[in-house]
Amino acid sequence: MPGTVETVASFSIRRTACLDADGRPLGPLPEFAADTDFLARLYRGMVLTRIFDEKAVALQRTGRLGTFASSLGQEAVAVGAASAMRPEDVLLPSFRDQGAQFWRGGTPEECLLYWGGSERGSRSAAAPEDFPICIPVGTQFPHAVGVATAFALRRQPRVALVMGGDGATSRGDFAEALVFAGVWTLPVVFVIANNQWAISVPRSQQCAAQTLAQKAIAAGIEGAQVDGNDVIAVHHACDRALDRARRGGGATLIEAVTYRITDHTTADDARRYRDDAEVSASWKREPVARLRNYLVAQGAWAKPDEERVLAECRATVEAAAEAYLAAEPEPATAMFDDLYAALPEDLQAQRAAVRERADG
Amino acid sequence: MGELTMVEAVAMALARALDEDPDVVLLGEDIGRDGGVFRATAGLLDRFGADRVRDTPLAESAIAGVSVGMAAQGLRPVCEIQFMGFVYPALDQMLSHAARLRNRTRGRLSCPMVLRAPYGGGIHAPEHHSESTEALFAHIPGLRVVIPSSPVRAYGLLLAAIRDPDPVVFLEPKRIYRAVREEVADDGAALPLDRCAVLCRGSDVTLVSWGAMLTETLDAADALSAEDGIEAEVIDVCTLKPLDAATIRASVERTGRCVIVHEAARTGGFGAEIAARLAETALVSLLAPVVRVTAPDTVVPLLKLERHYMPAAADIVAAVRRTMEYA
Repeated sequence: MPGTVETVASFSIRRTACLDADGRPLGPLPEFAADTDFLARLYRGMVLTRIFDEKAVALQRTGRLGTFASSLGQEAVAVGAASAMRPEDVLLPSFRDQGAQFWRGGTPEECLLYWGGSERGSRSAAAPEDFPICIPVGTQFPHAVGVATAFALRRQPRVALVMGGDGATSRGDFAEALVFAGVWTLPVVFVIANNQWAISVPRSQQCAAQTLAQKAIAAGIEGAQVDGNDVIAVHHACDRALDRARRGGGATLIEAVTYRITDHTTADDARRYRDDAEVSASWKREPVARLRNYLVAQGAWAKPDEERVLAECRATVEAAAEAYLAAEPEPATAMFDDLYAALPEDLQAQRAAVRERADG
Repeated sequence: MGELTMVEAVAMALARALDEDPDVVLLGEDIGRDGGVFRATAGLLDRFGADRVRDTPLAESAIAGVSVGMAAQGLRPVCEIQFMGFVYPALDQMLSHAARLRNRTRGRLSCPMVLRAPYGGGIHAPEHHSESTEALFAHIPGLRVVIPSSPVRAYGLLLAAIRDPDPVVFLEPKRIYRAVREEVADDGAALPLDRCAVLCRGSDVTLVSWGAMLTETLDAADALSAEDGIEAEVIDVCTLKPLDAATIRASVERTGRCVIVHEAARTGGFGAEIAARLAETALVSLLAPVVRVTAPDTVVPLLKLERHYMPAAADIVAAVRRTMEYA
């Protein structure tokens, strides 16, 4: 034995869950849950997302949309996180967070425009400072740190909330962003939707750590795990983290444990690498029925409510799909027009050539 | 006002930018108390405070990625990567995000950031400290790539880069950080970001270069004039992207000959782009093939062999003489 050995640091990770898989309260619920109208709005947000995803996949399967990433099964993460934000906060979504974008005013039509192949889908006016979705996995985390740095420098009581998946936590950018957020005590919340699969690589092969939340510990920020199929728990955890960040308390990493019920994207076939039994079992824990069961048990939800919300969401999504399918393409020269604030002289001839070729 | 080295001119431009625009924020490794390993930020922490002159953790991808987020919020981050040899983790953020943000949001968000990095060889530095990989950045649509070759141009081009509404990669040839002093007026005047500088006029051959290699190029021009009576026109490209092709073409149309000089490896170097432009637009004016004087396509050697790697004035003189042999 060397001279002395002592424990110089020790840590634990706590997990929050409010409802069990059947929607029964596991204990006293957070205060906001007494407002069943608000819970009904969360429910509607999740249903809208699910109906949208279903429609988008159908459009892709019939050749009317490009590759698309459904969020089936993890709607509670997106809706729970976004609903805890204030309008003036900034969302930095990954490519599976349309539910969060819709909550903040992004429209289903914009989402279809994007996956249908037009940059205009990321021009959303509803949340003008939110980032567009991020395709290169994990590269969005440093952006959130930069946004939060701007808030801190300007002494604004605003928070950046950035989302990503379990695979993204293996990226260097994730670790680097956590380190910066810790050292600079920044108002940023990292929400990881741990859906157990990074395309075909399961969580167990992604990282040997017991939880992903504990990655916060190494950066000196708060880390917590939450049942990601429980929208009440997700909202509660994000609300606390956002509040803490807004008051100058620094960053939090929230690992929301959920499950990707469907393929990685429409270009993937998950049957190649995982058992049907696992997927079937996951349906017993999914978030939409869970909240509905709770609301029904509270006497706050009945068949007419369900029918009304389904009809509303379907109408919204159908109208969005029609508008998307009717949208005129941009002119070919659009690829030049926002490349720089003003197109450099050296590119004028290329732009003219593209226009001539398109018109020809 | 006074006789300044290039690195002092960089510091003066940074101070000016911090002073005139509260949105300008510097970030990077060792840029605060230490003033940067080359002292490009010397004195700025004391003058502008730790909020605006920010020492970062040692993580280049995040330095660039955090700058993207700051810029999207309307700040004007100027990040320093300590040596170009360490810029590659940041390449992903520059290519995948900084260069695309305006376009992919159709103008809703933008990225007015500057990434500064000392680059190039010739200072007997350790491994990974001598590369010239400017062509990697010049290949990326949506970026600007700027390289000064004198204290005056460092000041004016850096101010222009910081004020520009789009992302700029600003590469500083560290071999000439302290090689010359010249009068640099702290008048806040920026230089254009799309114009070559014609350093001397001549009618026999056009020499095109950028960064530290202008030293050898100008020496070669002097030798050619003195020894051969050949009058070379010397062009400092200044902004590789966007390229001021018109100035280079106009010069070659007059001289009929062109030698391109760069310190970077030959294949896919930026000289190839300039040569291709001339082949496309000025072929009928050419009296001789366009010639490149460059480093070989090898890994930059450690310092014992470095002088065999770096192009020298004699190489440029020899190339011009070969060019003159054509009618």
